[in-house]
Amino acid sequence: MNFGLLGFGIEGWGDEMLRGAVMTLLVSMAAYGLGILLGILGTFLKLSRFFICRLLADIYTTIVRGIPELLIIYLVFFGGGIMLARINALVFGGSGFINLPVFVTGMTCIGFSSGAYSAEVIRGAVLAVPKGQIEAAKAIGMTPFTIFKRVLGPQTARLALPGMGNVWQLTLKHTSLISVIGLVEIMRQSAVASGSTREPFTFYAIGGLLYLGITSISNRGFSRAEKWAAKGVRSE
Amino acid sequence: MGEKNTALIAEDIHKRFGDNEVLKGISLAAKQEDVISIIGSSGSGKSTFLRCLNFLEVPDSGCVIIGGEEVTVRQDRHGKPVIGDMRQIEKIRSQIGMVFQGFNLWSHMTVLENVMEGPLHVLKQNKTEVCDRAKALLDKVGIADKFSAYPSELSGGQQQRVAIARALCMEPKVLLFDEPTSALDPELVGEVLKVMRKLAKEGCTMIVVTHEMGFAREVSNQVLFLHDGRVEEQNTPAELFDNPKSERCRGFLKMIL
Repeated sequence: MNFGLLGFGIEGWGDEMLRGAVMTLLVSMAAYGLGILLGILGTFLKLSRFFICRLLADIYTTIVRGIPELLIIYLVFFGGGIMLARINALVFGGSGFINLPVFVTGMTCIGFSSGAYSAEVIRGAVLAVPKGQIEAAKAIGMTPFTIFKRVLGPQTARLALPGMGNVWQLTLKHTSLISVIGLVEIMRQSAVASGSTREPFTFYAIGGLLYLGITSISNRGFSRAEKWAAKGVRSE
Repeated sequence: MGEKNTALIAEDIHKRFGDNEVLKGISLAAKQEDVISIIGSSGSGKSTFLRCLNFLEVPDSGCVIIGGEEVTVRQDRHGKPVIGDMRQIEKIRSQIGMVFQGFNLWSHMTVLENVMEGPLHVLKQNKTEVCDRAKALLDKVGIADKFSAYPSELSGGQQQRVAIARALCMEPKVLLFDEPTSALDPELVGEVLKVMRKLAKEGCTMIVVTHEMGFAREVSNQVLFLHDGRVEEQNTPAELFDNPKSERCRGFLKMIL
């Protein structure tokens, strides 16, 4: 191993790798955030009284969870690019492939996947809140919104936390797939660095360590949050 | 004593679940300071009737009048009865305390937070006043030393006493008890009944579904015996327990006492 390669500056790849890690973190957080929003929306739809809402949500989670993330990214990026190009040619008379912005495209694809998993986790958590908790809130005269804010929301959050920690890890690792459309995150940066230095072992190992670093730090965060949220709940 | 006002009237309440008609026309009138016990074997519709009074179950027909106000019910597209006016029912629920068989304290809140929750977030009352009142009530039910405990750290009897304090903190016009001691270990039943006796003595209007015949006999001024969704017999406790008129009531009392 040549440690000079890891220096910061023109010769070394240290700063590039770190920048890749920051990019991974950014795109993961954006996708996870989008996923949580979609997950909450999906939960509302799945638990709706209306058949059409439940059907829509089921179609969403079934399709997105049933197709590989990589395929979704290719489909949206290349398929979407060609579609835009055709529209461009037809309406404006332009020509050539249209490149979608890689960050937004990748984040959206992974976010939709993350949202499908989140919806299942959150739905399960809502259903696991004991009925009596909601009845007590109704009986005291709470409005549906107050019930959601004061009782159902907090209790769902507590029950969803372990599963959502899992979804975070999945989301984080899935962002490596965005490298195929050229987003320079850890995976892409490792490939570029190993290609130009012919030291694939070094750089893929470093990439792995960076992922591991992020996941173990965030794991600790999640278990701390779980401990905090479990106050009042017997653990034994 | 002057004429007491009517606190709650239920008239000809019907309720069915699918093909099973659980309530076949039950009426009840509670004046202020009344303590009404509802007894009967399981499946007789006692709990369902109680839950119809604050519309946790919406009755199929019949009317409920609370504080002179009739609760409005309408039919949805499928002809199923639904609450007509959520605002109205929320206001009425805030005036009726309910104590459940399974306590149903909010598990993510401390004892004090549980008791303060309704007054703060439903009635929007001032926090310091609510806090003082909540502490006084917890003191009254004998939980003064456990303000910051979580429900899971308490015994069943303690949890049920907190649940009573939670209902009282809303300063309700009527208190509904749905088999408040049925989920308790035998040695914990007494502490909850003691609190309920104290409330009755202070003039709380209470409607109690119970299997505690001793309590029903000593504390209530009216007892309803329900059988198969109907009021089979209704009388003062002395008459009902010592001189039951109906065959079924006699049989039930013989079996249980």
